[in-house]
Amino acid sequence: MAKNSAKYQGSKDYIASDELMNSVNIAIALQKPLLIKGEPGTGKTMLAKSIADSLGMDLIIWNIKSTTKAQEGLYVYDTVQRLYDSQFGDNDVSDIKQYIKLGKLGEAFMADEQVVLLIDEIDKADLEFPNDLLWELDQMSFYIPETRETINAKHRPIVIITSNAEKELPDAFLRRCIFHYIAFPDPEGMERIVRVHHPNLEKRLLQQALETFYALRNVPNIQKKPSTSELIDWLQALVVGGISPNRIKQELPFLGVLLKKNEDLDTLLNQLHGKTQANRPPQPSYTSLNRYRY
Amino acid sequence: MFTNFFYTLKNFGVPVSLNEWQTVLEALEAGMAGSSLTGFYYLSRALLVKTEAHYDRFDMAFASFFKDVDTPEGLPDKIWEWLDKELPPLEITEEMRRKHHQLDLDELKRMLEERLAEQDEEHHGGNYWIGTGGTSPFGHSGYHPGGIRIGGESRNLSAVKVAGMRRFQEFRTDETLGVRQFQVALRKLRQFTSRLEGEATELDLDATVDKTCNNAGRLELVWERPRENSIKVLLLMDAGGSMVTYTRLCNQLFTAVNRSNHFKDLKTFYFHNCIYDWMFHDPHCTLDNYTDTEYILRTYSPDYRVIIVGDASMAPSELTRIGGVIEWGLYNDKPGLHWLQRLRSHFEYSVWLNPIPKDYWDWTDGAWTIRKIGEIFPMEELTVDGLERAILALRSRKPAKV
Repeated sequence: MAKNSAKYQGSKDYIASDELMNSVNIAIALQKPLLIKGEPGTGKTMLAKSIADSLGMDLIIWNIKSTTKAQEGLYVYDTVQRLYDSQFGDNDVSDIKQYIKLGKLGEAFMADEQVVLLIDEIDKADLEFPNDLLWELDQMSFYIPETRETINAKHRPIVIITSNAEKELPDAFLRRCIFHYIAFPDPEGMERIVRVHHPNLEKRLLQQALETFYALRNVPNIQKKPSTSELIDWLQALVVGGISPNRIKQELPFLGVLLKKNEDLDTLLNQLHGKTQANRPPQPSYTSLNRYRY
Repeated sequence: MFTNFFYTLKNFGVPVSLNEWQTVLEALEAGMAGSSLTGFYYLSRALLVKTEAHYDRFDMAFASFFKDVDTPEGLPDKIWEWLDKELPPLEITEEMRRKHHQLDLDELKRMLEERLAEQDEEHHGGNYWIGTGGTSPFGHSGYHPGGIRIGGESRNLSAVKVAGMRRFQEFRTDETLGVRQFQVALRKLRQFTSRLEGEATELDLDATVDKTCNNAGRLELVWERPRENSIKVLLLMDAGGSMVTYTRLCNQLFTAVNRSNHFKDLKTFYFHNCIYDWMFHDPHCTLDNYTDTEYILRTYSPDYRVIIVGDASMAPSELTRIGGVIEWGLYNDKPGLHWLQRLRSHFEYSVWLNPIPKDYWDWTDGAWTIRKIGEIFPMEELTVDGLERAILALRSRKPAKV
């Protein structure tokens, strides 16, 4: 089984760790959906594109929003259009087929060649959403009662599902998936990733920027830690701004690119500021009854 | 042969089901682990573990189950590499392997000592001295199936070692974690209803069909209001001195609750150690900024979900005695216990979160009051797991036992 199917080995513009490639290949060989979790900006969505590119398949993306229903991925029966048509007699309303519009999942099933189907950010939808897709993802087929048709997948698509862990996914759904957590890359891995985007970056600039970047990520109480995509934008800004490597650590230029929240900027400034005043004794406060408390 | 591993995983708290185990066996049969322990590690982890929160438990189970398996990792691969590189005839390789395999650990150690005594300069390559490359059992970056690596880096991390590193420790959900995890947990606290005021934006298909039929087929669209969360939350926080230890934890919860914009209403009050006649508006708990508890009981309907955060540790008198309140200037004519019971019987959806770890409840300073309050309110520890259990409790109405 494993030998027949294509093997994913990363692609030119996407650095995948061995672990990740391993999980992808397991998912492809076992024909099960691959559930990808990880911090924002670790390239969960990019993975699907990379798989499609490297295996030479088409990519179908189903973006999930909080209002998305499972049914929409299969097909939509445009009843309103049919009702209107019945009033004005434009089309033959007895032909229900023309009012059935396949969703992304349906599209992937009907494709003539095997495709990669990305179900992006599945946790955004309602809690019951994944449960509604159990059968369809398991059997790769669904039934349209309106036309008494069963849609069977011509080729089982490679299904990649991403989740930001906003909601826990139901156990029954998890049992059917291969799971992989993309850990945040270590500095060496990050350097390789950055090299893909900025191949001609000066070594010293990159080194200083990376050190600053990981130091920032380690500042306690930062709410939105800067991620890979922010780092890449920041490097772009540093290059365009012509900042010399020596100034990066001292001045933290273009900090707004890395930290997007006001609170985080305040936290960081407090920490930097606080360090210089660490020796000052804490101010006593008698503004309340606190002094009576143990 | 791996069936025991299945049970080891269960013992370590990784929820594995037979279905998934079956898949692992199928995958093994298909040769997908590449007959190496590392391969098996990644394969079984991908198939059996479904959340990064369990990675750590899986690692521990794996390390404990395979700790005695001391296979030279990736050995077959290395030999294939040799053959690929067209190294000397095969019989030499075989001979070397046989010879190398005869060394056991004690013998190796003894030989290493001898070699250390003999050697006085650097060696790289070759098959005898300590150094890099080559096939001597000592040194690194060379090949010897049973040798001792000295310095350098292993080319192939053994799976047991990878598991032993416990890289995913920070994802455990029984640890106290940050704001975001609390938020995720709080998101489960919701109850949808459409019987609310607001814009009607969704097409009500059934009603539309009915109306249209009644209109003799002339289309008439009917719209309905979208579903909305109807949960209202009352957050009561202990701001007393003994809570200072848990400030950070409580802040995280507080931030998470405040950021959860899916509640219909959210009110926060503070108290010091125990709740009496007053609920304060700020953590200073002074009498220039407060609301009567009586007023709160009358104003807020019983469908408010009440989350009380406090260590529940105090002197027994603060809970049971008239005038037991800890503040100097205050006096209560009803004991704290009375107020807690009244709160509990009014708000049937209520829960107490205690930042003190559950293991300590039985013998910490306030063990008596913790037990007493635990009899009134369902009490959970303030961790992500505890919060999730608390939210489960908040979703169903539990009449007060008092």
